[in-house]
Amino acid sequence: MKKEAVKVNELKAQERSSSFSEVVLGYFEKQALQEAQRCLQCKNPTCSQGCPVGIDIKKFIAQITQKNYEDAYNTIKEKNNFPSICGRVCPAEYQCRKACILSKKDSPFASDQAINIHFLERFVGDFAIKNELEPSLAKDRRLSKFKVAIVGSGPAGLCVAGELARSGVKVTVYEALHKTGGVLRYGIPPFRLPRNILDFEIDYLKKLGVEFVLNFIVGRTKSLEELFKEGYSAVFLGLGAGVPSFLGLDGENLCNVYSANEFLTRINLMKAYKFPQYHTPINAGKSIVVIGGGNTAIDAARAALRLQKIQAIPENTTIIYRRTETEMPARRLEIEHARQEGVNFKFLVQPVGFKGNEQGFIEKIECLECKLGKPDSSGRRRPIPQEGSNFFMESETAIIAVGLKANTLLTGVTPELKVDKYSDLVVDPKTMQTSIEGVYAGGDIVGGEGTVIEAFGTAKKAAASIKRGLI
Amino acid sequence: MKIINKKILAKTQITKIVQFKLDAPAIAKKAKAGQFVVVMATEKSERIPLTLVDSNPKEGTIVLIVQEAGFSTKQLGEFQEGDSLYSVTGPLGHSTEIKNHGKIILVGGGVGIAEIYPVAKALKKVGNDLTVIIGAKTKELLILEKKLKELADSLCIATDDGSSGRKGFVTDILDELINKQRYDLVYAVGPLVMMQEVAKRTKERNIKTLVSLSVLMVDATGMCGCCRVSVGGETKFACVDGPEFDAHLVDWGELGKRNNVYKKQENHICRLNNL
Repeated sequence: MKKEAVKVNELKAQERSSSFSEVVLGYFEKQALQEAQRCLQCKNPTCSQGCPVGIDIKKFIAQITQKNYEDAYNTIKEKNNFPSICGRVCPAEYQCRKACILSKKDSPFASDQAINIHFLERFVGDFAIKNELEPSLAKDRRLSKFKVAIVGSGPAGLCVAGELARSGVKVTVYEALHKTGGVLRYGIPPFRLPRNILDFEIDYLKKLGVEFVLNFIVGRTKSLEELFKEGYSAVFLGLGAGVPSFLGLDGENLCNVYSANEFLTRINLMKAYKFPQYHTPINAGKSIVVIGGGNTAIDAARAALRLQKIQAIPENTTIIYRRTETEMPARRLEIEHARQEGVNFKFLVQPVGFKGNEQGFIEKIECLECKLGKPDSSGRRRPIPQEGSNFFMESETAIIAVGLKANTLLTGVTPELKVDKYSDLVVDPKTMQTSIEGVYAGGDIVGGEGTVIEAFGTAKKAAASIKRGLI
Repeated sequence: MKIINKKILAKTQITKIVQFKLDAPAIAKKAKAGQFVVVMATEKSERIPLTLVDSNPKEGTIVLIVQEAGFSTKQLGEFQEGDSLYSVTGPLGHSTEIKNHGKIILVGGGVGIAEIYPVAKALKKVGNDLTVIIGAKTKELLILEKKLKELADSLCIATDDGSSGRKGFVTDILDELINKQRYDLVYAVGPLVMMQEVAKRTKERNIKTLVSLSVLMVDATGMCGCCRVSVGGETKFACVDGPEFDAHLVDWGELGKRNNVYKKQENHICRLNNL
């Protein structure tokens, strides 16, 4: 008989919604061992092919079963610098777990039987943090005389910083905001990625000698050219996809219509949920509607619900999505958590306009019902709005989470940097070098919005070519 | 960023206008007229945009002028020489297009006077003929009068109470000027109502008019969309598309409402802190 997957420990739903503490608590050692033992140790494992950075999953799981956690850590670290982060934020059900032999093959995402690879990865990462394990350095003398500038301290930038610093390169990371971490700090809420984990990873980079310069906008505070003049031999651009898309609907500029980026930045980066102790305000409202079906929409809804609870407003937060739950690009676990916490879902609904009062505050959203048609270019069934099905939803706060685009703050003032029609950087896919020699890029600024681990993948590739270019 | 010098430019019973000179060499090197920085006074502060009033690349300093209005500006006003601000980032936003337009009127209302100063300076350098109109509630709040007088070919003053210059509004003076002769550009910064009134008058006479908008922002780098304004029917982000816009195309009604979105919280936090 097949053994059941080991359930991960979680904070009870009632305990969650009034705080921003982490929801998933991970495995205890015993649970991790039990889950690791379920791995079939396939002769030709498929799971690693599902991992954007190709972690040797079979090997690290085997090392867990032998309680060789330090070895497991080093196995993961060969491919991924931040197991504690990825173990928390990777959409594993679309990646390694979907590729697991135990997962049923007819579903768009991994089934429950698939090994909980991400929770095992997290267990190993957290073990390393608790025991202050440090990955082996691979210092290369030939590299120690070079310095490299990294623009952006999000996932891609942090990854390249780690790769280069471990090899002995002198690294400076420039960050536009007043805190490091990029989307890991302003976008992903602490209930998914606790800040002590993020801080630990960043502090580790500092220990390796990485210097972080905050409040510094490359392209504004200094140009790329000036960085090279300061003696940097190469520059890595991890600019991210930071610009929110709006819908272009009537009433979209009413007060309390937020982009998810703004809503989450106010909460995560500026700590608006602690107003007035922190000074950045935010409006929760009696009815909150989040538009979108991705992880950002779920993060925004779960944060919104907590905000209502903190402000003693009866919880009323609804996600509306044009398709159905099956087509939602969000992580399954997050959908489940959102539902447990009390977020409502309304599927097959498309907004067509926002209506407000005389003071300019939003009151309701006009919507259309949809039906699903044939699959579109994304492979998902296309929503078809039904004429005449108009209805109104009360909404004192609306949060738009329908995608992100490239920020042109740097590319706009650096015409030599070639961009595509989406303003993403054009790179040589083999080396991740941009149209300027010595300038590399990775993460969401190449190819658009993706996941944290995908950013690590392209960043890692860029780091390798930067090193090759230096020697 | 360390405060090298603090000056109280104006003080009444209700408000204060404070000038800070900050040590910010990288920003000083890059600052251009029309641009701004985003400032956090402390780690818990809001991020607020402030116009770069002046910069000295040699000295490595920038000058900011703040009128105490809400909580964050009042908190900033309490900072002293030698203190450090938690964060100052920039320069941000597009700079003003500096070229010879010909005859220009610059209108500054209240703390907006500080914001027209760098633009006036840059426009004068390239040979424009400058008429500067400044206005405030009362004489004490008229800032940079001397500096602007040195720059301008003609300086006109209006105060609400008549304590200096003409009793009335800057727009009264503007009306007279544009009735008398043709101007090539009007540039206005001040309270929203003032800018809106300027726009109304210059539109009738078809004079190109630019305004620099003061809008709520968070990151100020185009990431959040908090600073959305409708300009000519299109949504723009004031932080990266502005802060300057064609005054005749701005949806003033919408902007006024959006700037009041956190009025309640503002009152609350001010009351809590006895400000």
